Amino acid sequence: MSDPGILSATVVGADAARDALAGPRGPKPRRRFSRRNIFIYGTLIVVALYYLLPLWVMVVTSLKGMPEIRMGNIFAPPVEITFEPWVKAWAEACTGLNCDGLSRGFWNSVRITVPSVVVSIVIASVNGYALANWRFKGADMFFTILIFGAFIPYQVMLYPIVILLREMGLYGSLTGLVMVHSIFGMPILTLLFRNYFTSLPEELFKAARVDGAGFWQIYVQIMLPMSLPIFVVAMILQVTGIWNDFLFGVVYTKPDLYPMTVQLNNIVNSVQGVKEYNVNMAATLLTGLVPLVIYFVSGKLFVRGIAAGAVKG
Amino acid sequence: MAATRPIRLFRNLSAKIAAIPMILTAMVVFVGGTAWTVTYSFTSSKLLPKTKFVGLDQYERLWGTARWLISIENLLIYGICMMVLSLVIGFLLAALLDQKIRFENTFRTILLYPFALSFIVTGLVWQWLLNPDFGVQSVIRGFGWESFTFDPLYDARIVIYGVLIAGLWQGTGLVMCLMLAGLRGIDQDIWKASRVDGIPAWKTYVFIVIPMMRPVFITTLVIIASGIVKVYDLIVAQTGGGPGIASEVPAKYVYDYMFQGQNLGQGFAASTMMLLAVLVVVIPWAFLEFGGRKRV
Repeated sequence: MSDPGILSATVVGADAARDALAGPRGPKPRRRFSRRNIFIYGTLIVVALYYLLPLWVMVVTSLKGMPEIRMGNIFAPPVEITFEPWVKAWAEACTGLNCDGLSRGFWNSVRITVPSVVVSIVIASVNGYALANWRFKGADMFFTILIFGAFIPYQVMLYPIVILLREMGLYGSLTGLVMVHSIFGMPILTLLFRNYFTSLPEELFKAARVDGAGFWQIYVQIMLPMSLPIFVVAMILQVTGIWNDFLFGVVYTKPDLYPMTVQLNNIVNSVQGVKEYNVNMAATLLTGLVPLVIYFVSGKLFVRGIAAGAVKG
Repeated sequence: MAATRPIRLFRNLSAKIAAIPMILTAMVVFVGGTAWTVTYSFTSSKLLPKTKFVGLDQYERLWGTARWLISIENLLIYGICMMVLSLVIGFLLAALLDQKIRFENTFRTILLYPFALSFIVTGLVWQWLLNPDFGVQSVIRGFGWESFTFDPLYDARIVIYGVLIAGLWQGTGLVMCLMLAGLRGIDQDIWKASRVDGIPAWKTYVFIVIPMMRPVFITTLVIIASGIVKVYDLIVAQTGGGPGIASEVPAKYVYDYMFQGQNLGQGFAASTMMLLAVLVVVIPWAFLEFGGRKRV
């Protein structure tokens, strides 16, 4: 039973011998510290540090006390770490008459983001599926208008939507804002899903139709199970986009329901009282935390999402 | 026979039902809303929309308002600098990352993370970094260079460049990613061929690779441009339009007149001008992109 082992050993040996005879093969090994490498890595490291700097300053400022900020250098790490600014930003910071901190904005943002993401993705995925597999006359025309609509500055449509929402009795409510987010998420999401469903093999769809499955049955039983990745991409895109929104939040809700970004801006840029820079930075960091966590956890999928988003602009 | 023929409207009914939100969005909000705003920009609407048409009065007033002219000037400066710099920086970074380096993912992650943050967060961080009493200026003065002055946010002449710094920090990562995808789409044989011919790398980039990436550049430019016209949150967070009105932008003009100044007509006229600016960019691009493809 040892024959194969011996045989392969000899073959390997022969190979090695031939290699030695023929001289070195493959590309010339690069020196690790060539001038080229030093230039490339040096530049990249400097640029990376520059990009990280604001994050670093946010973190260290939010951990310092006000006396230390007044004395010292904003880039220096805190001498005495305090979490008080974080507590204050979350639970006590004032906007107008409310002094319950950013937590209010955080929960508003959650209550806005979750339904907006779900509604917009459900609508857009069914819509993209219809456009990819069940094309009807005129569908392409509406789709083209939808995509071009994505380029229209929001400012042009702000007021007509105010009127529409007011007529429906939804102006100033979370439901209204969810509708607005679903509307403006539609171009990019529909494009995303349409392209994805078009790329799936058509035979699957045809086979299901021959077997008598209808529109919804094919969607639920064939398409959905195969499209988990694109749903994740769409979710990343929507969660970060809606969480970061400012304009719609400030236009279509009232102060009690302001999302986190609007509340953050009101806290930091309020003209009353003494400026507490450490609280401001803690609040800023808190607001940026949700998209940052999504970004660092999702990695490649985030890049895919923005690449898809980039197609539309 | 006529009775058995299916009615056309009901063929493929489920798909049509599924497309209703899209049709409503496209026709009511996008087309209808735009038409509504453009129409009402010719009226004398103040607190409420009115249908008293006054021709181009609103536009005349708009172009006679100092604040609007400053907004346009700022948008032009910001826009041109942003386009040129983010393309150049984005491309250079992408070219560096494309040298088969180690830790490519780490570098890319670091360069792209600001893009995940909102403009509000971006604006507030840079407001803090550029704060003359605590930020970059005070740190460098602390090193002993007492006369060092760098406070763009409080200097009306250069405030827009202070905003530009923040905008570039947030946006170049995206450009870099798009450029990197473009570079990866280039056939590797081109590189081999140019190496065999002994052409230096920079020449290969300038004369071969960049011309080949033309579609990527154009798409990227359109994306950057349509983002620039919409710039609003960044200004609100970082400068609030100040000092004075030195860093106002058109999108902020629209919001302030519509929802705070109670001068709807001005808001409509200003937003129509913004639409016009976007059309000037998008229509030629659409012809290049889609008109050309059909002919091929």
